[in-house]
Parts: sequence; C-alpha cells; structure tokens
Amino acid sequence: MNDMNKVGIVGYGITPFTKDDKKIESILLDSAKELFKNNSQINRDEIDAVLISTNNNSKYLSPVLSEMAGIQPKIAHTIESLCNSGTNSIVSAYSYIASGLADMILITGAERYDSPGQILEWDNSRGEFKHPIFWASIFAKSYKREFSISDEQLSIVSVKNHKQAKENPNALSNKTYTIEDVMNSKKLTDDLRLLDCSRPCTGSASIILASEQKAKQLTDQPVWITGIGQKTISAGFTKNISFSSMESTRLAGKTALKMAGKNIENIDVAEIHDAFSVCEPMALESLGFSNDGKGTSMVKELHETNNFKINPRGGLIGTGHPLGATGIAQTIEITQQLQSNAGNRQTENPQAGLIHNMSAAATSSTVLVLEK
Amino acid sequence: MSFESKLTEGKFCIPECDECKKIVWPPSEICSYCFGNVHLKEGDFVGKIIEFSSQKDQFFCIVEFENTIRIMAKISETPEIGKNVKISKCGINDGNYVFQVI
Repeated sequence: MNDMNKVGIVGYGITPFTKDDKKIESILLDSAKELFKNNSQINRDEIDAVLISTNNNSKYLSPVLSEMAGIQPKIAHTIESLCNSGTNSIVSAYSYIASGLADMILITGAERYDSPGQILEWDNSRGEFKHPIFWASIFAKSYKREFSISDEQLSIVSVKNHKQAKENPNALSNKTYTIEDVMNSKKLTDDLRLLDCSRPCTGSASIILASEQKAKQLTDQPVWITGIGQKTISAGFTKNISFSSMESTRLAGKTALKMAGKNIENIDVAEIHDAFSVCEPMALESLGFSNDGKGTSMVKELHETNNFKINPRGGLIGTGHPLGATGIAQTIEITQQLQSNAGNRQTENPQAGLIHNMSAAATSSTVLVLEK
Repeated sequence: MSFESKLTEGKFCIPECDECKKIVWPPSEICSYCFGNVHLKEGDFVGKIIEFSSQKDQFFCIVEFENTIRIMAKISETPEIGKNVKISKCGINDGNYVFQVI
C-alpha cells in the first residue's frame, strides 16, 4: 500500500440539482464548465483521463464530454454501478493515479430525473415489486420490528436532512418540514411516506484528482483520499443477509478505515447514503457511528443540537438523488468541509471525513475516507 | 424447459445443480457454485414468510424456500413472520415475474 502514489482532490464543480429536462451531454458539461471556471490553474492539456459516472443509456459519453470541454485524454470511459457509480468512478481514478498510469483525472457524474438506473430489471426475485419503495418498505418494517423503532423516530432523518439542505444552494429542496409534516405526507406503503424518500432529479458534479506532486502544485488546500473500501454482496435484493442492517456497508467501512489507519471515532463529518429515512440509522450502525438500534437516537441528538456532522449538504433526501452524480456530490461536500469552505453548513474544524455511497438496497457499498 | 417457460405455465420450479446438488438462485442454466448444469425440481414447495409490508391494503412479503430461495410475493391475508405458505399463483407479466402465496 505504501508504494502507491498519494492521490488528492484538487478541484470540483457542481451545479444546482433540478427537475430540468435536458440532454445528458449538456448536464455533464454543466459541472465540468463550473469546475474549469473556478480552477483556472488547471491546464486541460494535462488531464490524462476523463471518467464518466452515469446510468444514462447514451453512449461514448467520455469522448463526448472530452470533446465538448476541449480535452484529449489518454483514458476515456464510463463507469456504471447504479447509485454508487460516483464513488466507483473515484475509486477507478484513484487506482489509475496510484499505479502511475495517470497524473490528473477529471471525473464527471450526471443523471436525468428519468434515469433508467432507478429500476434493476434483472432482479426478478423481487417479483412485481421492483421499484425501490418496496425494498425500502421491507427495510423499514424489519428495522422497526428488530429495534422497536417508530415511524416518528425515523421521520426525524427527513426533518434533519431537509433542514440541512436549506443551507445548500445546490439542493433540490429548500423547504423545512416538521415530524408531523413527514408523518402526514402521502403514504406510499404502510411503512414509507413521500417525505421519507430521496427524489430522482437532474444533476451534475465534477471533481479532479491528481498525484501528490501535481496536487501540491495546483492547490494550497489539497484533500487526500486516504481510505477506500468496497463490498458487493449480491445484485439481488432478497440475497441481503439482514433487512435491518447493511452487511456490504459494514465490510466496506471496515476496509476503508483500516486503510486510512483510523477508527470511526476519528471521523468528524460524514455523508451517508440516505436513499430513504431508514437507510441513515442503518448505515450509521453498520459503519459503527452508533450501536445497533441506536442510530435514530444519534440522529435525534444531532438534529436537536443543530449539529451538521451527518449529511451536512442535506443528504439524498434533502439534496435530491441524481444517481451518477450523487457519490461525487457527496465527495465534494466532504472536501468543502475539510477546506472549511462549506458556508452555513460548516462543521467545526473537521480533520477527517467519510463518504458512504451504496447501490440497490445496500447489495453493494463504497466507503471513502478523506483527510486534509 | 427453462424456469421461465415453466413459470409462464404457472409452475414454480426450484433450480438445482446436476453436479453439486446446490440450489441455484436466481434461476440460471449454469450453477453459480461449480458451473455445472442445472435442472428444475417440480413440487408443491412450502415457504416461510421472512418479512412483509403493504400498499393500499395489498400485502407483499418476502418468502423463503429451502432456506435459500427468496422471492417477493403478494399475499391476501395479513402475513405473519415465520408462517408457512405455498405458491398459489405465478407467471410472467410485462416482463416481471409475479408470485402470489397463500
């Protein structure tokens, strides 16, 4: 591990998440343009690779974005892994740099509000219940029974994350809600309400990774990727070992922390993949931020003390979930936090942050650790 | 006959490897453990309810067969965790497998 080159984040660009009906190619360019506008020190001729994160069915998107952005990279391709495509792309870019194949890489994630990545057609074990609200309902029912948790306790996740999203100018939502609002929002199933769900949207996020030498030349505030963990248990939802915890998250978290030489207590700020309310406490428990069954108590305490430690940008629930852009947007948030550049969302002097990004009912998880 | 052709006839079969005898799920013609060929076992299989929820008074549940196979199925009566059930109806509708248990 020590022989590998160090990899840092040297720039980012992100645009507001919306319900806009735009072509994927234009959406990709939106955040790439933002990135180069805000980082004029980055020479596009020195970009060795352009990696695209999306579930969109359009083809050849990396050469397309490269041409539109005036880049002629050595390596150009798309990475798709449903909802954690974004962090998967970051892991691929990290590997190219750590191995010496590339020195500087642009990663752009984008999605349209009508992404085909919302339904995994292959997973026939789910019968006619393929929409994500059904696995989320099973998770919620199982979690509530296992730990005697109420719908009201789960709804605080949505209240907290909408409140935090209000401080994020790029978030889809800019409204705050009470527990009653969440409880009274449209009932989608017996165990899930509308405000418990993240919403698909149109969005784009770009990031540039570079080798240590290049990162130090290009920025005074590099943020280093010091831990990476990934685990895939299955593709099919019903193969999950438990419906009240996330095994892939537990294993990915352990690997990432071990690589970074950190304990979960050393993590000051984290982005958690709250596709639905119940996912936040489940992930907090599986990552070790709280004991089993105590995730909602942690969420309640953070909310009551106005502590933005978990999901400062508003999570997927408050910010919106443009699948391929989500993992990159989460990574940008932790970068901004570590650079003390997160505006009203800033947590107190964080030294280390964590990103949790998962796919298809936690059948697969990626965890990253970032440090100043 | 493939699992899907049997399912279209309303028959739920359990795919089992000719070589290692393990159950292969989701259905495949090749075993995910030893890459052996897979055959279909027919029968009146009994499953167990693992979890459930409901949408507009329609209950849906996760049912486990032979401690291995899990499917999501409709059920008309209020489900109970651990209760034994059998497939009452199955098929393919609009490309999706559909299962009902009783």
